[in-house]
Amino acid sequence: MRPREFPTNRGGLCQKGWTSASLLASDRLTTPLLRGSDGTLQPASWDEALSFVAQRIREIQGESGPDSVAVFGGGGLTNEKAYLLGKFARVALKTSQIDYNGRFCMSAAAAAGNLAFGLDRGMPFPVTDVDTADAVLLAGSNVHETMPPFSQHLSGAAVIVVDPRRTPTAEAAALHLAPRPGTDLALALGMLHAAVVEGQVDAAYVRSRTTGFDAVWRIAAQWWPERAELVTGVAAADQRRAVRMLAEASSAYVLTARGTEQHSRGTDTVSGWINLALALGLPGVRGSGFGCLTGQGNGQGGREHGQKADQLPGYRKIDDPEARAHVAGVWGVSPAELPGPGRSAYRLLESLGTPSGARGLLVFGSNPVVSAPRAARVTDRLASLDLLVVADFVLSETALLADVVLPVTQWAEEDGTLTNLEGRVLLRQRAVPPPEGVLSDTDVLAGLAVRLGQPAERFPVAAEEIFEELRLASAGGKADYSGVTYARLRAGEALYWPVPSVDHPGTPRMFLDGFAFPDGLARFVAVDFAGPAEVVDSSFPLWATTGRVLQHYQSGAQTRRVPELMDAVPEVFVEVHPDVAARAGLDDGSLARVVSRRGSVVARVRFSPSIRLDTVFLPFHFPGAGRANLITNPALDPISEMPEFKVCAARLEVAS
Amino acid sequence: MNARRVVVIGHGMAGSRVASEVRRRDPLGERVALTVVGAEPHPAYNRVLLSAVLAGALKPDEVTLQDSVWAADNDVSLLTGVSVVRVNRSLRCVSLSDGTSVAYDALVLATGSTAWIPPTDGLLGSDGSLASGVVPFRTVDDCAAIVSLARPGAPVAVLGGGLLGLEAARGLAGRGNAVTVVHPVGHLMERQLDPAAGAMLASTLGTLGIEFRLGRLATEYVPGDGLVLDDGSFVPADLVVVSAGVRPDVALASDAGLSVDRGVVVDDALRTSDPRVYALGDCAQHRGSVGGLVQPAWEQASVVADLLCGTNPASRYSGTPVVTRLKAKGVELTALGDVHDDSPDVELLRFEDARRGRYAKLVLRSDRVVGAIMLGAPDAAAAVAQLYDSGSLVPEDRLGLLLGRAVGVASAGPADQPDDAVVCRCNTVTKGALVSAWESGATSVPGLADATRATTGCGGCKGAVTRITEWLATRQPA
Repeated sequence: MRPREFPTNRGGLCQKGWTSASLLASDRLTTPLLRGSDGTLQPASWDEALSFVAQRIREIQGESGPDSVAVFGGGGLTNEKAYLLGKFARVALKTSQIDYNGRFCMSAAAAAGNLAFGLDRGMPFPVTDVDTADAVLLAGSNVHETMPPFSQHLSGAAVIVVDPRRTPTAEAAALHLAPRPGTDLALALGMLHAAVVEGQVDAAYVRSRTTGFDAVWRIAAQWWPERAELVTGVAAADQRRAVRMLAEASSAYVLTARGTEQHSRGTDTVSGWINLALALGLPGVRGSGFGCLTGQGNGQGGREHGQKADQLPGYRKIDDPEARAHVAGVWGVSPAELPGPGRSAYRLLESLGTPSGARGLLVFGSNPVVSAPRAARVTDRLASLDLLVVADFVLSETALLADVVLPVTQWAEEDGTLTNLEGRVLLRQRAVPPPEGVLSDTDVLAGLAVRLGQPAERFPVAAEEIFEELRLASAGGKADYSGVTYARLRAGEALYWPVPSVDHPGTPRMFLDGFAFPDGLARFVAVDFAGPAEVVDSSFPLWATTGRVLQHYQSGAQTRRVPELMDAVPEVFVEVHPDVAARAGLDDGSLARVVSRRGSVVARVRFSPSIRLDTVFLPFHFPGAGRANLITNPALDPISEMPEFKVCAARLEVAS
Repeated sequence: MNARRVVVIGHGMAGSRVASEVRRRDPLGERVALTVVGAEPHPAYNRVLLSAVLAGALKPDEVTLQDSVWAADNDVSLLTGVSVVRVNRSLRCVSLSDGTSVAYDALVLATGSTAWIPPTDGLLGSDGSLASGVVPFRTVDDCAAIVSLARPGAPVAVLGGGLLGLEAARGLAGRGNAVTVVHPVGHLMERQLDPAAGAMLASTLGTLGIEFRLGRLATEYVPGDGLVLDDGSFVPADLVVVSAGVRPDVALASDAGLSVDRGVVVDDALRTSDPRVYALGDCAQHRGSVGGLVQPAWEQASVVADLLCGTNPASRYSGTPVVTRLKAKGVELTALGDVHDDSPDVELLRFEDARRGRYAKLVLRSDRVVGAIMLGAPDAAAAVAQLYDSGSLVPEDRLGLLLGRAVGVASAGPADQPDDAVVCRCNTVTKGALVSAWESGATSVPGLADATRATTGCGGCKGAVTRITEWLATRQPA
């Protein structure tokens, strides 16, 4: 493994990157597995496995209709896979029941971006623009651990970090604001109030480039910083200081991430940050802006091309007749044949095996047994299925429950494009051949589609061929890739979508001339603080929040197979203030049971003198009884259906 | 469904909040048909922000809460510029100053309070109205009057060194007025502060140009000239701002025969002695205490709305742990609870730094905050206020609690770091690993990077790795 000089990471790799090659060899799947009559997973041939799956799909759908088979995708899949997965669900399965783990990741930020700007591209400017910023506010982001090379772009700025924990990112910041978990929106409102009272609003910008400020001020007027202070715990003086740093900077950015987004009012919270950024005149101006830091490898592209319940390729809405007609035309089917919107991720998982839910599920690139909220309930639903098929390259916790496991290629073994956090389309070319017995996810989809009676030419398997079709399907959509070609990417062009034609240079910076509404104005969205979906009480007196560590990725299915990473962080831990631990009878290094209203997780106590007294933190990368998601609250954001991963009421006990 | 008729008397902070909380629960007006009567001709406005208006930071129309457009959009019958002259409980209707009347099934008193005018000769004219050049600090009209009378550079006297008086004084000083605060007690904000904190606050405000006459009563107002104090001294003033306290406005309630003490007496359901009549905010007296701050009023409004709409019949108000924050630019003051408690079972922590205007006092009982004063210590204040508000146990580290983030530990140099200290977080490289690599021949930063991958992630540890190489190069052999 060698790092490459590239604008986003500047040749930097963290431990996950350095060790990623070991995934190509060790402990990966090389043969399909079929659950035998003895209940164990047994090796099978590809034809056996795919024919079995197709047969079961026919039987289940024959009995219970098209929606009785569902699909669950992932934000780590390439654009080509994500696109083909959406097409497979709508055309081959004819099911409306498809969603993906990006719902748990980017959906709140995406929804808020669409509401305010008319379009969601995580960072609507190149990441290198941030290099020259004087001030950057990071709301709910811990880049020093979650994407360390990115922090190079922050080295010149005064950084303000909003995080309940004193993370390495907060430690390195010029100013750390540590709100009580679940109160970020009150903080954003207090800061907007401060901006108005201190005369820091960019009135000319607000007048000429936005609409809706008055309604937002009506609400923010009720959040004077001293009131926000009592709710958030962030000193009014610090709120004012943060706003001053942003307002006085000649170049300033507001960036959000999962910490502020994964809430039952996540969209509102992001809208609160966007409102602040708009009031200060940042978005759509060169040298400043608002963005969200996309998480998974293809978290941006994965949300654009149709593996989302309500979406068709090109970031089109599935309930828009024009969008349906266009995509159906590309796919060679009638618009009426396309299903409508389906359930969002948690609702889809929660309904599995119930009378109204699906009986069969195909999972690609996701491990919901570990990563879904209220994981015990989700595991129970997966176990109740008549058919569970998992395509993965490792035997994940979800794969262990499957009736059929299909071994597929991983990053270095396949071609494909990914769209990064700044909306730039990257071509990742095959570096090594896959091991014998391993096929691409696209082979799996084509193999199943043909067995389900689809014409073979409708499901190409070569990445470039699929991409050619994606170009047509996305043409004219918000995320227009029609001008992107493998040839241009191979030639080294830096193409940021939209790229509406092959002679178009791409769009590194959006919104400079106007936002994506007919009138070109950005929308202030009037939002008020409501607080987390559940409250603390004497039985559950602490706020539990969840997140990541540097050494592990997502559910840990990959990184827990890398010895160096496991040496560094081998098991789940709970970060807790020493006083709070002592009151619960817990020592540093002892085992705690962290209990919520939904379940409990057993974790090693890690003393943290800097953490808030009312807060404990758990990383979510670990399996079994160490799954942080055993306690998380599946309360969903009404707009984006994002679950509330980042805050639930909990207590600590000694684990016996 | 037949909605119940609810009439709210008062369209201030409490009354308007009842209206918005009711419509939050009953957006279509299916449960409650709402009428709100406000005596002021303006839309409801946020009284908390009047000091910002006085300071010139906000315009009067920027502090509007709900106006007639909101009322129309939300199916609220809003009557402004008209007052209730009588509550007829037997007929269940209120009579208005325009001669009409409105019937109710439930009535909410949110009549607020009025400024108390001290008995200084000359403040009141012969007809009982305020003399010219005398303005209370209570309403948005008062604010406008103060701003128009307080010409830049002109002397202004503020009667009353409580929270609002000081906010007014700060705002006027910021406008360029020569402000003198006359306060009858020996130290400022005596309800919330001890004498030491009061003195330090006076000194902090003094640096902003405000003068104080403490422990002095104004005996006479000479219109257009100033105030004569009880020691015979004179305070010049083109304008006298009266902020000497408020009195709950209970006239309608007493006339209607409701139980009234200092305020309208209410129970935990905010009901008066007539269960069809609720009262909240500044006019209400709950468990012996009367209001004066917005936070209790808004919490009460939420309970009243729960009960009026029937969305939570068990909703009750059990009091608010009040946190007082002075909103004055350049001064960070938080006061809460009982700061005068010196009984033997309390734990008292105190820090005083007169030179920098910092004062922190914490009164703890059984590891919980029962009182605090934090002046010039905003980080600690925010944490203490939350601990008090939530009734949580305080940390063992009392010094950290008292001083906030001011308490820090200098990070150890390379020689003193333990071997297992992580130097490069991106690649989990410890000091021990770097030392081993050095001893195996990697004696430069690039060499250490090749051997351990330290510095190859975000590069943030380059400085630390460089310091370790320097230390390794110069250290004595073990």
